[in-house]
Amino acid sequence: MADNLLDAIQLRKEFGGLVASNNVDFAIPRGSIVSLIGPNGAGKTTFFNMLTGVYKPTAGRILFDGEDITGKPPHAITERGIGRTFQNIRLFPLMTAVENVLVGMNCRLRGGIIGAIIRPPRVRREEKLARERARELLAYSGLPTRHTELARSLPYGDQRRLEVARALATEPKLLLLDEPTAGMNPQETADFIGFVSRLPDDRGLTVLLIEHDMKVVMGVSDRVTVLEYGEKIAEGTPGEVQRNERVIEAYLGKGATE
Amino acid sequence: MSTARATFTERWRQLPDVVQRLALPALVLLLAILYPWYFGGLPGAFPAVETAVIMLIFTVMALGLNVVVGYAGLLDLGYVAFYAAGAYVAAWLASVQFEQVTFHLGSIGIVDTLPGIHISIWIVLVAAALFTTIVGVLIGLPTLRLRGDYLAIVTLGFGEIVPQVVRNGDDFGGFDLTHGTFGISPIDSIGFGNTLNDTLGLPASYQTSTNRAELFYLTALALLLFTVFCSVRLRDSRLGRAWIAIREDETAAAAMGVPLMRTKTWSYATGAFFGGLAGAFYAVFKSGAFPSDFFFNFSIFILCMVILGGMGSVWGVIVGGLVLSYLDREGLAKVGSFASDVLNRPIDVPKYAFGVYGAIIVAMMLFRPAGMIPEKRHRLEIDEGVESAAVASAEQGGDGRRGDG
Repeated sequence: MADNLLDAIQLRKEFGGLVASNNVDFAIPRGSIVSLIGPNGAGKTTFFNMLTGVYKPTAGRILFDGEDITGKPPHAITERGIGRTFQNIRLFPLMTAVENVLVGMNCRLRGGIIGAIIRPPRVRREEKLARERARELLAYSGLPTRHTELARSLPYGDQRRLEVARALATEPKLLLLDEPTAGMNPQETADFIGFVSRLPDDRGLTVLLIEHDMKVVMGVSDRVTVLEYGEKIAEGTPGEVQRNERVIEAYLGKGATE
Repeated sequence: MSTARATFTERWRQLPDVVQRLALPALVLLLAILYPWYFGGLPGAFPAVETAVIMLIFTVMALGLNVVVGYAGLLDLGYVAFYAAGAYVAAWLASVQFEQVTFHLGSIGIVDTLPGIHISIWIVLVAAALFTTIVGVLIGLPTLRLRGDYLAIVTLGFGEIVPQVVRNGDDFGGFDLTHGTFGISPIDSIGFGNTLNDTLGLPASYQTSTNRAELFYLTALALLLFTVFCSVRLRDSRLGRAWIAIREDETAAAAMGVPLMRTKTWSYATGAFFGGLAGAFYAVFKSGAFPSDFFFNFSIFILCMVILGGMGSVWGVIVGGLVLSYLDREGLAKVGSFASDVLNRPIDVPKYAFGVYGAIIVAMMLFRPAGMIPEKRHRLEIDEGVESAAVASAEQGGDGRRGDG
């Protein structure tokens, strides 16, 4: 437990009578890439939304970097160092690519309302540096050009890359990627997985990946957790999980193991 | 002839960037400043200077509402509340309303023994704007947790509560706060006083000056320029980006570290600041705060200016504000008398004012939904849409982006 960046303890979420997350224990070791997989409707995104503060857990606690963040609002959690992308791309469509990334930097910048109007040298410098950094992040994330185009006019793959750049702009310690390869072709998926696998060494990041496609996560993950109907059914290295009978059952149905 | 034009264009292009960029705004500004001195030579359709003052004040208000509706995307149907608050603060601080006390601070053109609070109008304008900002924060804190339509309904309520309080506020347990339906009048004059008049030649008192309308016009223009300056600076700042991000996608904005409540409250407070400023100046111009000015439909009127001009677009909202307030104060009456002359029967066009505005808005929504001068970011998008209409229509067909799993 000592070197876990995130610990979720007995995390539970009920929607009316539906238990979307049933007392799940979950840990993310610092500097690792951990994947959360499971069939559609297994409660992956619910779990994700609890970590990022979109949902308040019905019960249980979330410890991040030694601090209890259970029930904190999303912006406060982002400020503490959890950045995320969305399963369905949620950029700010009528802002440019650079502006999208600058919004991600919001909690790392200091300029207030008076500074915005008067624009003292301090604010000018901050804005200039922020714009330079935004362009660097875009280039790093695979978007070397088209920085001043509106987000909505970018092609699909670039929108995905922009979302990652925006999440990186929040300067996260933990990056949560919610089905980032959805809609990508095999080549794009392979490129993206390569990109993700470099993040821990490149930027000292810890990554939590959500996928329902098992093949995607096997190559890149240090550990894999499998959810089904809101319950954790398996956990371990990719190899262990792949051989686990309950996992095979969950993915291929009963009978596949017999 | 055409070669002459070609050389002109060529030479123009060779001028430094700064000149090219600032030439048009500078020309517009110059024409605006000198307007009172040449409008007499213009055709009769141009507004009188008195009307122009009100057009400028309403445009300040439209720009304030634009921060709330256009930037942050919060539909506020009760903006008139801030207008009323500003006007009444001006009336309280510069009239004989509170005759229980006698307090003078930089007042001009009245004797020192006159009862009531009499503070220099320059200070009053700032005080009114700040007071209204606080009102905005107080209204905002409980209501801004609501989203979309729910927020609109609650602001609608506040827009109705404040004018009702004003209308009935002449007897709070025997205390006369607002003087009821009579309103508070007169309000002290704005001006620089005799000392500054003698030394610098600044006007001593606007209301008694022979150039009353011109002085108010120039001051209103200065207020508008201040508002435009703030609007533009805010738009391109950290705070402005956070507002627009909330407008575009609230959930994503929060996930990117934008504190929703604080950011929304700032937009509400900023809108209230300009609403209060404009309200106070309007009351000073009319030398009175009258409850009949603060009806619900005024909120809608200002909102129409924002929609007509282009939500989020500073230049668009200026045009929208000027056009609608001109129609309201002078244009429709002139159309009416023109039509009466031509058709030889009385036609009272101003009576149908809100019908006309409604028709304008419907027409805008059909033909130019982003407004007369769309926000720069919108315009980019629309220009692109023209080039690839097929792509645009395909996108409109299947936009499933909003539903997050």
